[in-house]
Amino acid sequence: MIDQYTESVLVFLGINIVLALSLALPVSAGLLSLGQGGFMAIGAYTAAILTTWYGVPFPAAVGVSAVTAGLCGVAVGFPALRIRGVYLLILTMGFGEIVRIFFLNFEPTGAASGFGGIPQATTLGGVGVTVLVLLAFFAQLRDSRIGRAIEAVREDELAAEVMGIDLTRVKLAAFGIGAAIAGVGGALYAHHASFIDSAQFGFHRSGEIFIIVLFGGMGSFRGAVIGAVAVTLLPEILRVIQEWRMTFFGTLLVAMMIWRPWGLIGKPRPRLVPRVG
Amino acid sequence: MLALERVTKEFGGFTAVADVDLRVEPGTIHAVIGPNGAGKTTLFNLISGVLPPTAGRLVFDGDDITGWRPDRITARGVARTFQTLRLFRSMTSIENVMIGTHCRSTGGFVAATARLPWRVGRGDRETIRRADELLDLVGLGGKRDTAADELTLVEQRRLEVARALATGPRLLLLDEPAAGMTPTEIKDANRLIQRIRQRGITVLLTEHHMSVVMEVSDRITVLNYGRKIAEGAPETVRRDPEVLAAYLGADT
Repeated sequence: MIDQYTESVLVFLGINIVLALSLALPVSAGLLSLGQGGFMAIGAYTAAILTTWYGVPFPAAVGVSAVTAGLCGVAVGFPALRIRGVYLLILTMGFGEIVRIFFLNFEPTGAASGFGGIPQATTLGGVGVTVLVLLAFFAQLRDSRIGRAIEAVREDELAAEVMGIDLTRVKLAAFGIGAAIAGVGGALYAHHASFIDSAQFGFHRSGEIFIIVLFGGMGSFRGAVIGAVAVTLLPEILRVIQEWRMTFFGTLLVAMMIWRPWGLIGKPRPRLVPRVG
Repeated sequence: MLALERVTKEFGGFTAVADVDLRVEPGTIHAVIGPNGAGKTTLFNLISGVLPPTAGRLVFDGDDITGWRPDRITARGVARTFQTLRLFRSMTSIENVMIGTHCRSTGGFVAATARLPWRVGRGDRETIRRADELLDLVGLGGKRDTAADELTLVEQRRLEVARALATGPRLLLLDEPAAGMTPTEIKDANRLIQRIRQRGITVLLTEHHMSVVMEVSDRITVLNYGRKIAEGAPETVRRDPEVLAAYLGADT
């Protein structure tokens, strides 16, 4: 058996992988988001309300929180259709802050004093299964018609559109499904921590998710997974250098951006398409 | 097949295309020529829906396509290449062509997920076969798995053509297909254009050197400063005094 510390680290690792994948999908369509913490909060609170107040089974609550966060993602995605780059980052950041301030003031879910007594339904097995399902989804997506369309949109939006790809649908789908995955991450997080408050889903959380994807490599979902492993485990390993660990970590990030701007796994290489008879 | 009725495009105070009427007859190779800045590329951007016209009407095959989004126009049967080459650079040749088949194939997230990972899906099998066939047509069969940005300029132009053909067009717009090519390469390009026409696809192309289009085109439209100054068979256009003065005169 593994001790409680290790188990907790692994659960957090799993949740971070889920969150990283939630951003990797919109990023693969060229949409950057600094608001994943907001979708995570929506998922966390939705699932917590369902299980704690209404006794809904945990898996069903996770499903509902995915749908809720996904719908919010589509709603935020609409204005995101027209803007890109830094402006999109600011828009999503603003969205994240709106969600945080909403839950900070929303009395029914405890407002500033937080939401406690959430059943600890998140198990290591549950997180593991979620990660595996998502990895399978992303692996299948890569070599599919829609996966290629998403990549085309990232590479050259105008050319993709002229090739007959409906930008609206592809972008909204990537943003919405990404938000839904973030909602799942939030639900898992809430049922592990058992207590949530708005501060846990603020800008620092969105920023952390962004850094994970940046660190691992913006080009692929593998990069997101590797980034999640690195960003979750490094601070744990670096405990030996005590209070300097975050400084060291920050320095490492700066160094990465200078020498490996494509992230740990580097620039993705083109994939081979099998021959058919 | 394609009719432009008094189409105008203004950028601020600058009129890039002024009051242009144009008819492209089915089965023809139609060239739009003119000096740099004559409005040829703007005209293509209007036809393909990349830019909305300021005034005028565009009719394709009986449908008023004015103001349609580019993906809808492509699905309706108009494909184009880019003079400036806008390939998906980090993808292989065949992947580029496969993206072109997007609007002629089906399958979204559900289809992507619901297949066996070690087998190529039924739809994808058809897409790959079609893409390979088009690569062979443009002579890039051997560069199938080469990343687009590792191809030579001429190969990239050919790949643009294959990618556009993959969208299943009835009208193909080629934006300066011979730009930057040597005389031999231009001959190859012209042969390819004729092969495309043999497949029943109408071709509208731009060019700024008149000599290049003389032998392939059935009909030539001459633009200068956004206005149509002449139109007709290559021989007629070549002798047109206004064309000689405004265009060839400045050129030689």
